[in-house]
Amino acid sequence: MVKIKTSNLNVWFDWEIALKNITLDVSENEILGIIGPSNSGKTTLLRTLNRLNELYPGSRVEGKAELDGKDIFTEVDILSLRKRVGIVFALPLPLPLSIFDNIAYGPRLHGIKKNNSLSEIVEKSLKDAALWDEVKDRLQESAFKLSGGQQQRLCIARTLAVEPEVVLYDEPCSGLDPISTLKIEEAMKKLKSNYTQILVTNNVKQSARVSDRTAFFLMGELIEVGITAEIYTAPKDKRTDDYISGRFG
Amino acid sequence: MKKKYVSGVEFFIEKAIFASGAATILFVVLIFVFLLKEGLSLFSEVSLTSFLFSKNWYPISDPPQFGILPLIMGSILVTFGAIVISVPLGVAAAVYISEVAPKSIRTFLKSGIELLAAIPSIVLGFIGIIFLAPAIRNIFNLSSGLTALAGSIMLAFMALPTIVSIIEDAIVSVPRSYKEGSLALGATHWQTIYKVILPAASSGILAAIMLGIGRVIGETMAVLMITGNAAIMPTSILQPVRTLTATIAAEMGEAVAGSSHYYALFAIGIILFIISFVINLLADMFLHRGKK
Amino acid sequence: MRDTRRTERIAFALLFLATIVIVAPVGIILFIVLWHGLPGLSLEFIFSMPREGMRAGGIFPAIIGTLVLTIMTAVFSIPVGILAAIYLNEYAGKNWLTRMVEMAIINLAGIPSIVYGLFGLGLFVAFLNFGTSILAGSLTLAIMTLPVIITATREALNAVPQAFREVSFSLGASRWQTVRGVVLKNAIPGILTGAILGLSRAAGETAPILFTAAAFYLPQLPQSVFDQCMALPYHIYVLSTQVPNVSPKIQYGTVLVLVLMVFMLNIMAAFIRAKFRKRKTW
Repeated sequence: MVKIKTSNLNVWFDWEIALKNITLDVSENEILGIIGPSNSGKTTLLRTLNRLNELYPGSRVEGKAELDGKDIFTEVDILSLRKRVGIVFALPLPLPLSIFDNIAYGPRLHGIKKNNSLSEIVEKSLKDAALWDEVKDRLQESAFKLSGGQQQRLCIARTLAVEPEVVLYDEPCSGLDPISTLKIEEAMKKLKSNYTQILVTNNVKQSARVSDRTAFFLMGELIEVGITAEIYTAPKDKRTDDYISGRFG
Repeated sequence: MKKKYVSGVEFFIEKAIFASGAATILFVVLIFVFLLKEGLSLFSEVSLTSFLFSKNWYPISDPPQFGILPLIMGSILVTFGAIVISVPLGVAAAVYISEVAPKSIRTFLKSGIELLAAIPSIVLGFIGIIFLAPAIRNIFNLSSGLTALAGSIMLAFMALPTIVSIIEDAIVSVPRSYKEGSLALGATHWQTIYKVILPAASSGILAAIMLGIGRVIGETMAVLMITGNAAIMPTSILQPVRTLTATIAAEMGEAVAGSSHYYALFAIGIILFIISFVINLLADMFLHRGKK
Repeated sequence: MRDTRRTERIAFALLFLATIVIVAPVGIILFIVLWHGLPGLSLEFIFSMPREGMRAGGIFPAIIGTLVLTIMTAVFSIPVGILAAIYLNEYAGKNWLTRMVEMAIINLAGIPSIVYGLFGLGLFVAFLNFGTSILAGSLTLAIMTLPVIITATREALNAVPQAFREVSFSLGASRWQTVRGVVLKNAIPGILTGAILGLSRAAGETAPILFTAAAFYLPQLPQSVFDQCMALPYHIYVLSTQVPNVSPKIQYGTVLVLVLMVFMLNIMAAFIRAKFRKRKTW
């Protein structure tokens, strides 16, 4: 089942083109890795899929992007789109609230008010993000007291708490130590059964470890996409080969 | 797609937000309209040129004469004096506070200046009558110390907090690299200040001067109390004068609504509105130029 | 080389001197006001009506008048000011309307206070027929205070990191939910500080209430918002220029009460600012 599908998607910021003719699909319960040097349009793609780019005047989109066969720009309400397509940002960005309230922020937005339902959601989300055991006794503490790796898992839990169908990760481990990175990768693998996930990463090896398929982006273009093992062992395009083997980027 | 609201509260609050934004424009328009509504009636009796350029302000003589030139000159004289006093002091203080003063003294000085900004102008006017005016009378051997000079000194103090804080902002936002570059070439800190930092902060200083002028020209009560209130063409800074603002404050109480005197005071309001509009636009322009 | 060092020392000494010329009078003025004002201060002075053409008795109606005017100014200006700032910072796109609103605010901030007085007279007192009243005066003061509140609120809103907004939007929050949930929550201390400072200015203003609210001599408390009232700043003006032979004790006492009220507001603002700066965690 195709979950997300883009066809001939172009994105501009003012007069600069950030994504060129991206045609790509992501299947349900798949982890798609997106690799490529910085400024290759990876982050822009994620922020187009939940329409966060539209917060900035000057961004413009052409072409199509679909979620479950519905055009996200015309056929899906922007708020429910963002609820269904969650994102985890590059830096851990807890809100200045307690751990509990960080996770409950999203569910509360969507009308869940009862304390025991919120508690259930918080517990489940934290467990899914592999953070529960570390914070279950300190839910009322400020989220800023957590370590960087814990904060990032908190952000994953916060994203999961609104029960999205798709989770986008924008270089989620860029500032983290190897052990925290490992924990996040394990969490992603566990989440496969329930979510479609797209992982943008600067770390070539991370995509190899986690993703089912990998796409390689360069300067706003999709160079190639395929089964991860094939991309890493027998890339069709020389530029992919160069990037993976570390000759540039 | 049509915008969906999450709740009724949200619908109303968003309408209120837009309305409040629009209200600011409405207020400016209303102010101008009501000044015009009352003020323009004057010009059926008095021509604009004689209003602006005649030297006689005798609003209650018969026939009344409405020439505001002495009032304009009074405002200009007092403002000019205040700016001459406050700008050098303000630049010096801003430089001292932002570049020279040790941190502990800096906090102290800054609070002092904030305190000055907090004192109501009526209080400064009161102190001015009791201490400043007699001092001026004694120093210059005058029959009264209530003069343009007293007004200028008083107004300089009122404008200083504005002037200092804007210049300080301008100095602080000069890129560090300018300063370091200059110091690296062997310039002293002082040379760096007047050759590099002050020129780089010049548009902020201009903005400060403009806003200072705006503050001074619009000040009413303290000026009314301390400048002696004589609506005559000033010839010296040691004479009593009457400003545009003080005239409105002093005479509106006696002017009969609907009389030409009443209209004339609103017409002065129009002049003040236009002056402040121009000054603030200029200041804003300088500030934006500084930011780029 | 020695010369440039000496020039620098002299220059810095002059700068210091200039700063002292500004700051020292502030201290002296406050000292004078306290020194002459404290002896006049008593419960009777604060809580009784003026007598004998204001040459004796207390200033209770002026205190109440200023309090009522300030509170009503707050009621009118704070909601509109905060909402207008939210419009500019959180809703408005970069278009001509936004620019117009910004220009309007800059313009409002610069209009002389006496011109506000004229406007209040023309619109509220005469045209809307509120008469010289607390209502007319506080509406006039409110419009005058608006730009201060808007500017302070915008600064406070700007200080909230953009990332917080993105997080909120990414979870499916609407614009208002984002403003309420993450923006306002973190901007409230800054907004409060600015609003209080704006009000402290309004409390000390005379010119805007001169023809819209202030009563020369009215030894009774206002009964409704359509009544005139005495006010401290105007009372000081009256005592120092309009009534002969007022004892300095009463004059300074009145000045001291106004200064204390205004400073109390300022201290409150500084306190809020300091308290929340410590709590800020990002």
